[in-house]
Amino acid sequence: MNNFLLLPIIIPFFFAMILMFGQKNLKYQRITTILGLIISIICAFALLFNVKENGPQTLTLGSWPAPFGITMVSDMLSALLVLTTLVIAFFIVWYGFGSIGKERERFFYYPGVMFILTGVNGAFTTGDIFNMFVFFEVLLMASYLLIVLGGEKSQLRESIKYILVNVISSALFVITVAYLYSVVGTLNMADISVKIAEINQPGIVTVIAVLFLLVFGMKAAIFPLYFWLPNAYAAPPIPVLALFGALLTKVGVYAIMRTYTLFFTHDLAFTHELLLVLAILTIIAGSIGALAHFDVKQIIIYNIVIAVGVILFGVAQMNEAALEGAVFYLVHDMIIKAALFMLIGIVIYITGTTNLRQMGGLMKNYPALGWFYLIAALGLAGVPPLSGFIGKLLIIQGGFEAGNTWSSIFILASSLVVLLSVIRIFIYAFWGEQGQVSNNINKTTYNIMFYPTVLLVFISILYGVGTEFVVPFIDDAAKLLSDPSIYTDAVLKGGN
Amino acid sequence: MKVNNVILQFTAKIVFFIIFFFAVHIFFAGHYTPGGGFVGGLVTASAIVLLVIAFDLNTVHKLLPINYIYVVAIGLILALGTAAISMFVEQPFFTHFFDYFYLPLFGKTSLHTAALFDLGVYLVVVGVTMTIIQTIGDDE
Repeated sequence: MNNFLLLPIIIPFFFAMILMFGQKNLKYQRITTILGLIISIICAFALLFNVKENGPQTLTLGSWPAPFGITMVSDMLSALLVLTTLVIAFFIVWYGFGSIGKERERFFYYPGVMFILTGVNGAFTTGDIFNMFVFFEVLLMASYLLIVLGGEKSQLRESIKYILVNVISSALFVITVAYLYSVVGTLNMADISVKIAEINQPGIVTVIAVLFLLVFGMKAAIFPLYFWLPNAYAAPPIPVLALFGALLTKVGVYAIMRTYTLFFTHDLAFTHELLLVLAILTIIAGSIGALAHFDVKQIIIYNIVIAVGVILFGVAQMNEAALEGAVFYLVHDMIIKAALFMLIGIVIYITGTTNLRQMGGLMKNYPALGWFYLIAALGLAGVPPLSGFIGKLLIIQGGFEAGNTWSSIFILASSLVVLLSVIRIFIYAFWGEQGQVSNNINKTTYNIMFYPTVLLVFISILYGVGTEFVVPFIDDAAKLLSDPSIYTDAVLKGGN
Repeated sequence: MKVNNVILQFTAKIVFFIIFFFAVHIFFAGHYTPGGGFVGGLVTASAIVLLVIAFDLNTVHKLLPINYIYVVAIGLILALGTAAISMFVEQPFFTHFFDYFYLPLFGKTSLHTAALFDLGVYLVVVGVTMTIIQTIGDDE
């Protein structure tokens, strides 16, 4: 009996329910949300160490035997992602106290955040492909609420596109699961993996693999399917944008990672080659966008696309070094993207504009903000002591091992573009002549926004400097990804 | 011109109860025959909608002074609570329990915790449907 692994899903869910009462009482809403997040973070921590000690934790709901009930599996990868998700959400909610606005807080903003966490954590933890679809819908429904909440014109326009794209990709998800079910006759992910290995991945399964890439690629914004992301993410206010940027695309990346390392491992020459090409095209598309824009939000949003490409490049190599790098980079990217969005949110709050050309000279009055931005920017690009370094290093090492020399060098070069795009914000906004400054800057609001951001940047620094402490955890995750039998044994033969 | 809805309103008053009891019937029948919380909830909501059509939103709100958002929340808590019972008795989450009881009027009856879960679903469906209809109906 191991219900413990469900707690990071159930606790946010429970708090979302009790937050539906007392809609207008801001004090109650804020305190309850923070309390719920702290309890879930503690549980996620305990879960992480439990998984480290005892291997993957599995639980089949309702006392049914494994392939017949819904199995929840908490292996190292999902435990790490669940913890990261909750920690990021804690800081974003704190940050939101200053910037989200009372009107939104009174209209189910906090239940929305808690439901999104339920969905994200559920999608990370589930061991059943249809259950994953359901958790995708949970997080998407909550994200529909958060993207449209406030009802500004641009939000309404973009939410229509966002919902349309996601409804189509969800329908495609159902169709793909139906195909897969008709071929293998099971929905349990471990069981699917075993069945596909038994029939040795005929052509139809490869087609299903590509369909899954299409579905999850639409959620994760890979190359031809990222068109909806830049405008949709620019519409909602900064805390919501940070939440989306840090979590939502990463769920799609996780799903690709999971399906491509667990199910479709018998025709690497086709599926993983395709993934590799798409990953590189994604990086190119993201780089062009990140360099072309003079809008701070857009620059960071296109950096999400680049990071998705880099992580998927790691997944496409299918060797332990690259997978370890991909996991490293995934966690790093979630933290650093949240931190960067929060930082540029402060910049936008101070200057009152998102246009780089109108900013300037913030260094004089906000030196701390400037230096923290610089650290986060260098961390994103992967400068050695900081968090982005080790992940990219391992990905490239894996690339060389797999014989993809030129594409690995290309990934290395793309770091320069990333660095250029974020340093441009630093140069334009913090150096030079004094630019536009908003005339109603409230010191308390600034502080409420500043402290969580700084703490998150500190966490990213610790993640980079303390790589030694993180490596054993990531190592376990990479082992599990490169050897699906650990996962299937844990589920089907009762690993714990 | 003054419209007189006397026939519609009189019929609605009677038909409301027929629909409502039918909803209760399919709710309880769900375990052995087609039905259950979802259709039961939808049919209940349709009974209330009939009242809304025959009278108007304010009258119905006076009749049933319910905040449907709370109904949704209570339904969710009930469903989660039912699923969580098993956590406290060392069973996997979502394990259901059942047993046979001798009830005064009904005689030998099997009671199953899945019915409590279904009640949660029922409340959520009623709450969500009525919230949607009220919100759109109220909109100026």
